[in-house]
Amino acid sequence: MTAALSLTRQEGLLTLRFDGPLDLTATAALWVQTLDAARRAGGKITLDVTQVPHCDTAGATLLAAAETAAGGADVVGANSEITALLDLVRAARKVAAAPAPVSRAAPLRQAAKAAVDGLAFLGEVVVAVVRAPARRRMIPGRDLLAMTDDAGVRAIPLVLLLGFLMGLILAFQSSIPLRRFGAEIYVVNLVTISLVRELGPLLAAVILAGRTGSAFAAELGTMVVNDEVAAISTMGIDPVTMLVLPRLVATLLIMPGLALLLEMAGLGGMTLVMGTLGFPPVAVLHQAVASARLSDLLQGLLKASVFGAAVAVIGCRTGLGAGLGPRAVGEAATAAVVGGIFATIVLDGIFTVLFYRLGL
Amino acid sequence: MSGAALVEAQDVAQRFGDRTIFEHVRFSVLAGEIFVILGGSGCGKSTLMRQMIGLLPPTSGRVMVLGHDMRAPDADVLTRIGVMFQGGALFGNKTLLENVMLPLEMHTGLPREARATLAAVKLGLVGLADAANLQPAEISGGMAKRCAIARALALDPPLLFLDEPAAGLDPITSAGLDKLILDLRAQLGISFVVVSHELTSILTIGDRCIMLDRAARGIIATGNPRELRDKSTDPRVRAFFRRSAPVND
Repeated sequence: MTAALSLTRQEGLLTLRFDGPLDLTATAALWVQTLDAARRAGGKITLDVTQVPHCDTAGATLLAAAETAAGGADVVGANSEITALLDLVRAARKVAAAPAPVSRAAPLRQAAKAAVDGLAFLGEVVVAVVRAPARRRMIPGRDLLAMTDDAGVRAIPLVLLLGFLMGLILAFQSSIPLRRFGAEIYVVNLVTISLVRELGPLLAAVILAGRTGSAFAAELGTMVVNDEVAAISTMGIDPVTMLVLPRLVATLLIMPGLALLLEMAGLGGMTLVMGTLGFPPVAVLHQAVASARLSDLLQGLLKASVFGAAVAVIGCRTGLGAGLGPRAVGEAATAAVVGGIFATIVLDGIFTVLFYRLGL
Repeated sequence: MSGAALVEAQDVAQRFGDRTIFEHVRFSVLAGEIFVILGGSGCGKSTLMRQMIGLLPPTSGRVMVLGHDMRAPDADVLTRIGVMFQGGALFGNKTLLENVMLPLEMHTGLPREARATLAAVKLGLVGLADAANLQPAEISGGMAKRCAIARALALDPPLLFLDEPAAGLDPITSAGLDKLILDLRAQLGISFVVVSHELTSILTIGDRCIMLDRAARGIIATGNPRELRDKSTDPRVRAFFRRSAPVND
């Protein structure tokens, strides 16, 4: 049986009369009706609980909420159990915290703080690099080898596959319009320059961000959650030197190699398409060598190194900046991938403008 | 403290492969009492609790809670019990208030304002009203356990299961939690089943207890914890309460 509510008004005074046990089910059924009546009463009300045999904390909360909504109430007919519970709930409500105010400027402040923190971290990395010769013992050589293997050697199959497919697709797509002009041989120029100057480093960096940047963030984020980073700090070891520098060095070592492999695989894919168009591999090779300069290759490798460094620093930063709690590591990994790809594209834009202005 | 049986373990056993954790476990928990399951590490205390809350069907026998067979618990019985896990098991992406509001949201038709009011009252009852808008990562272990109790209280259940409430807490925080349990029993008439190996806590709050033993693979003592401490002649029980290795005396 659930409780019922009836309203009576005598000489301007509203009485809310409850009939039946005031438990959670009754509270859910009567909450809106009771509080609406209490708010509309325009002054003190009477809560008649003579016919309520018992209530739980939910029922007592309903009575207390009605009391507050009306600005005061006389509770009549309450047995000792209801009186005790009502007192308990009133006391609990008195100390209840008001919800934290949400500031409209909060997202802006957070973004500004993240930018400042990012710059500060970059500064820490630079300091760690400068001091690295004096802190050689803090850089674990074995970790460096393991990271180079994981981020570089194990990524080779994926890099080769993507590069080959990219070269194949680019060559095939560009051969269609160029065939109309009898200029199929220039497919080689287009694909070679695209791969060497732009797509090689860019795709290698995207692979690095998705594969290695997220792994750095997850690994370091887990270390933060488990207090391992705090333990490193309390042992007098600089976490940036011990954890960030090996990762940074590993990516700097592997990125030019990965970009170069991707470009080679892409040229292989292109050669396959050119073969179907009637061009022998030797002709394709000659055309490729003639179309790209050494400076194009070096520009691409320089970009690859910078992109790699950006991905590594962002991955480490999001990992070391991970919060606490079960979602922190996942959020850090996501931020590392998004941040790494975003930074790569922004840096690519900067390089493009810079090389253009330098006439390279 | 002589109400009807809320929990009945009927010849319960648990085995994992060839390994028997315990067998022939029989006891009942009466309305209004604080019932403690105690014993050393690895004796099966938490396993027994998982059986009682429906997370682990016993290998044989059955556990009845509020008249329901917990081998296949339904929503009715699960909304009439509350559980506090050892670490609190709070949802890290929600505030404390939202954690307590969750059962109300899932099981009642209350409007949001009502859910928030009820949850705030529950947090007030466990002394966490000021922390309502904090995240679990921002609070101490003791506060997390209090919040877990508030969440377990959300639907006003008559029976609460607490897994190691005193574990990992300092003596003062632990004593505060013991007082909270006693207050909630006195104020709300709630019964408790508490799994613990913390002697001070067991002696402070326990009305009755069973003691499990790993070597015996079952219950080796039943009764009031203080009486067991003072009067038991079983060397294993005496060793437990004296915090020493068992000696056959």
